[in-house]
Amino acid sequence: MSEGAAISWFADIGLADRLAVGGKGGSLGELTRAGIAVPPGFVVRTEAFEAFVRALDAEKPLRAPIEALDPADLSAVAACTRMVRARIMECAMSTEVRAAILSAHARLCGAERDVPVAVRSSATTEDAEDASFAGLQDTYLWVLGGEEVLRLVRSCWASLYSVESVCYRRTHGLAEAGVAMAVVVQRMVDARTAGVMFTRSPTTGDRSVVTIEGAWGLGSAVVSGEVTPDRWVVAKITGEITVRDVSDKHVRHLPKTGGGVEDTPVPDELRTAPCLSDAELLVLKDVALRAERHYRRPQDIEWAIDRKDGSVLLLQSRPETVWSARDAKPVAAPAANPLSHVMNIFGGRR
Amino acid sequence: MAETPKRFPLPSSVPIAEGTEAAQTAYPYYMQFGPEDDERFWFYNSMHFPEPMTVFDMITAEAAYCALGASNTRVHSLPTTLGIDYRIVNGRVYIGGNGVTDPAEIARRTEEFQKRAYYYYANWERLYDQWKEKMLALIQDAQALPPLTLPEFEPLAHVHAGRGVASNHFLLDTYQKTLEGYFRMWHHHFEFLLLGYGAYLVFFDFCKKAFPEITDQTIARMVAGFDAEIFRPDEEVKRLARRAVELGIDGKFQNGTAPDDVLASLQQMGDAGQEWLRELEASRHPWFNVNVGDGFYHYHRSWNDDLSLPFSALPGYIERIRAGDSIERPVERLVAERQALIDGYRDLLATDEEREAYDQMITLACRVFPYVEGHKFYCEHWYTNLFFNKIREFGALLSEHGLLDGAEDVFHLSHYELETAIIDLMTSWSNGSPPRGTKRFRVLVAERKEAIEVWAGMETPPALGPVPDIIDDPSIVMLWGITRENLDSWLSAGEADPNEIRGFAASSGVVEGTARVVKTVQEIDRLQSGDILVCRITNPTWAPIFQKIAAAVSDIGGSMSHAAIVAREYGLPAVVGTGDATVRIRDGQRVRVDGSRGIVTILGKVAA
Repeated sequence: MSEGAAISWFADIGLADRLAVGGKGGSLGELTRAGIAVPPGFVVRTEAFEAFVRALDAEKPLRAPIEALDPADLSAVAACTRMVRARIMECAMSTEVRAAILSAHARLCGAERDVPVAVRSSATTEDAEDASFAGLQDTYLWVLGGEEVLRLVRSCWASLYSVESVCYRRTHGLAEAGVAMAVVVQRMVDARTAGVMFTRSPTTGDRSVVTIEGAWGLGSAVVSGEVTPDRWVVAKITGEITVRDVSDKHVRHLPKTGGGVEDTPVPDELRTAPCLSDAELLVLKDVALRAERHYRRPQDIEWAIDRKDGSVLLLQSRPETVWSARDAKPVAAPAANPLSHVMNIFGGRR
Repeated sequence: MAETPKRFPLPSSVPIAEGTEAAQTAYPYYMQFGPEDDERFWFYNSMHFPEPMTVFDMITAEAAYCALGASNTRVHSLPTTLGIDYRIVNGRVYIGGNGVTDPAEIARRTEEFQKRAYYYYANWERLYDQWKEKMLALIQDAQALPPLTLPEFEPLAHVHAGRGVASNHFLLDTYQKTLEGYFRMWHHHFEFLLLGYGAYLVFFDFCKKAFPEITDQTIARMVAGFDAEIFRPDEEVKRLARRAVELGIDGKFQNGTAPDDVLASLQQMGDAGQEWLRELEASRHPWFNVNVGDGFYHYHRSWNDDLSLPFSALPGYIERIRAGDSIERPVERLVAERQALIDGYRDLLATDEEREAYDQMITLACRVFPYVEGHKFYCEHWYTNLFFNKIREFGALLSEHGLLDGAEDVFHLSHYELETAIIDLMTSWSNGSPPRGTKRFRVLVAERKEAIEVWAGMETPPALGPVPDIIDDPSIVMLWGITRENLDSWLSAGEADPNEIRGFAASSGVVEGTARVVKTVQEIDRLQSGDILVCRITNPTWAPIFQKIAAAVSDIGGSMSHAAIVAREYGLPAVVGTGDATVRIRDGQRVRVDGSRGIVTILGKVAA
């Protein structure tokens, strides 16, 4: 398999390539194309996964035994998936795919050595966004070295064969042949501050505000809920910061020597200090609006601020689902006589 | 065990402060609480009447509620509400709505309302132009009232002309015309007011539903005008600053110099000084007829009566002109910003149907808004100044003839008592005997002055009587912002953080600084650049000092008050309507003003 078939750079892909690069990969490609800064990276396409699994299947059937499993028989599922995952972790990868990943990783690092990267699974189906697949969306942070990247790409592939994932597919009768996984490899941001933001208020559904939540260090502390983030509400049109809730941020995730991240206590003087300046909030708001305009629907975004140069980078942007799924009743309808709207006030409660 | 429900005291259980019983009876019987009032809900109108009312000043409530009620009940036939009842106890004005709940009656009133109010909305501009003419004519009538004189002998000219009516008669005539004009002014005031607020609130409610997190002030900015009369006094001060620089006499304006001293030194400056003094006169009439309050107290004097406020602002403006800064209002930019807001929120709506409804509502709101912004200058400021000053003239005359000890004492008599004093004086002048009431009125004034002092130091319950399930009276919600949620927070007052003071979010932004508690205009010289102004009322007449403060906090005012509008213009955080910030914040304390949430936090002790 050529590098072109196994690997795609963000700039060359978009949401339309979801089946080959997964939702996360497609979204990062889309943002890159929209001119929104994301940490550079590439996707190990589903073709690489499929070639790998096909080879394993040829050696000794892998998918057929899974398809035969009864989801109610948990011990059988556990035993079978354990073996499948072990094969994925241990069996040889084709030299072409291996070389393609290593060379892309080397290109990503450029002249620098030991550039930390993130390795993130990127599922191909809408269902994969579903909570039933929790645990499947593996993300490995601060990964150092090509060999480690290779190992974690396998881990992402193997996560498709977790007990939960397999039970879900068997319960829903999904064909194993249709299951695939892409993997995103991208430069890691050494985040001074990171978090999430929503271009529609998560609490009220208001489309006129961006809600921004952030904490010190890498965004994983916020996403995992280990820290109560600071929270702001910024009006889209006026840029007014209408809510400022600064919380006590006792812990932050920082890179660990030798790879990975670790919980670190936040120095006292930073704990109750706001982790973003007003100027940064406004930059984040503008970036959020660009993403929303690009996708033409409200977004749920992960972001980070680079410790070195203070630049804002997006790590993910996906459609907001909670409010969009609700029936929106129109707030008011036009009236034949525009004056009759005043009855809303003068006509009493109805 | 269920918690005992919290309730407000009943009117009948509010004791008259000891020693003030006689002063309490000075208010007419129809303002006194009676046993039947225990059945109803009342709230303290701290927005308009934040301090105990002298007996005379109660005319501001009397005339205003007479006119408000007539407009609601009889003129426009508001479907769900009649007028406002008011009572006074311990100098504090309580008011209660008069809701209409019978569906048949609401339907009947709705039919009338649509014949009346819809006509006003449909012909708004024409009727408002006509209103301004009426109002200016009324002002001219008040200005044309004769000076009060009681000559020893009737002027020969009057005699030879066969006038046949002596000077004493004109006291009564002028007094009755003064009262008549004042009561009439309030009818003008309410001719459009509820309809205007209502149309604005329709748009306001729509925005709050479509954009639950939009701030009140953003909505206000979408409809705000830029040529409202209330901006004009500040503009005139800027104009005078420019003229001072142009005429080369700007050196005479220094911080801390009394206006009289500045005026005296300008008299020595030859033509340039004279020219500037002429410019000053042109600005003063009418634009300095703004009082430093909201028009409900005789002691909130106008700029014309006390020039210290505009004069304290001149040095700052002059300095900025010399430094080459522009002090002009960037009207074009403000207009463009307003349009961008309107368009921006419109784009965020979900459907074209909503956009069409939005267009209908904002069109009406923008049409009515010039009245909402403009009427106060004519009514609460210009006319009210003329009125109180005329009453002051009566006070001076009564003092001159031994019935009072000073002109200001007249405001401790009710307008009925004042008429008796005037007739006493007319009689005395006519028959050559001393007035009968020389002792009587002095005693009354003394006991009422004491009572006001006692009442000012008392706690005032925010509401009285049973708590209604809902507050559905549009006039109460519109004019006072009273909601069921407010009542709950009043009931739980005291459980809140003692360092936190809540009010209306009037102008957004967060600022920390040193609090300057300024109770009178005379104290404004104490404000240093960057201070946080804490005052009873932030009024647009205080606008010129907004150039040097970092934020404003007031006891009185709503988020639609002119104070809020001026604060937004200056881009300063402001929290208004806190109720008691001037009592709870000590001068020199460090405070944080969060104008987006309407919260003032006391951060520290008084700076040494």
